[in-house]
Amino acid sequence: MNFDKELDAKGLNCPLPILRAKKALAEMASGQVLRILATDPGSVKDFAAFAKQTGNELLSTAEKGKEFEFYIKRK
Amino acid sequence: MNMPTDQASLDALIRQRIDEILPQKIEELQASKTPSMTIIATKGTLDWAYPPFILASTAAALGWNVSIFFTFYGLNLLKKDVSDLKVSPLGNPGMPMKMPFGPDWFKGIDWNKFLMPNIIQSNLPGFESVATMLMKQTIKNNGVASIEELRALSQEADVRFIGCQMTVDLFGFTHDDFIDGIEYAGAATFLPQAQQADVSLFM
Repeated sequence: MNFDKELDAKGLNCPLPILRAKKALAEMASGQVLRILATDPGSVKDFAAFAKQTGNELLSTAEKGKEFEFYIKRK
Repeated sequence: MNMPTDQASLDALIRQRIDEILPQKIEELQASKTPSMTIIATKGTLDWAYPPFILASTAAALGWNVSIFFTFYGLNLLKKDVSDLKVSPLGNPGMPMKMPFGPDWFKGIDWNKFLMPNIIQSNLPGFESVATMLMKQTIKNNGVASIEELRALSQEADVRFIGCQMTVDLFGFTHDDFIDGIEYAGAATFLPQAQQADVSLFM
């Protein structure tokens, strides 16, 4: 999947991946896509809830071993 | 449509229309309202420093309006230097005592189960410093943010920090002891905010 910006949140724990994602999205234009890599297992539910609450669209969630990959489209 | 002319029919029609329109109207109002949260932070230990800053920074990231009212020992969380925040095993039997280094089997041991009762640990000189050191290392190992970082992120995200002026006077602090960007006020400032808030938490 194409993306405009990448955030490496590997090794970070709650709530840092969400806070960093929020910051990254704030610097992006509407419609652009952010790719996030994380290792926090809690981030799967957290990014879904974050997307729902903020109106940014969670395009996909994938699990690769101990890593998680998210694509979020800026509102 | 034939407009009813008698009072009873008119009332019935109005009631029917309200029932039809109101649910959608309420939904619109709720959707347009920015959620808000107020927190009272009353504890000044390393472990209790986390919940207010984690919840405040996360709520701000979700787009909520957040304010934290720091009172009594909670004021310690606003000091310029928070490196001296401690965690105490005294009266804190839920705290696991695990080593943040060594092989996994060793890290997995909860020494509280073998070592000694909580009351004896707590009376050992230096035990609090050891417990604090272990906790700080564990925090670092797990990629958990420092209190300074979460506090700065909260401030960046416009979380309002309100310091209890009464406690400042009571404990002999000055505003100079604390970081910038704090409003000093009392209960009368906090309560109207809490009244309007969707979430209000005491910690």
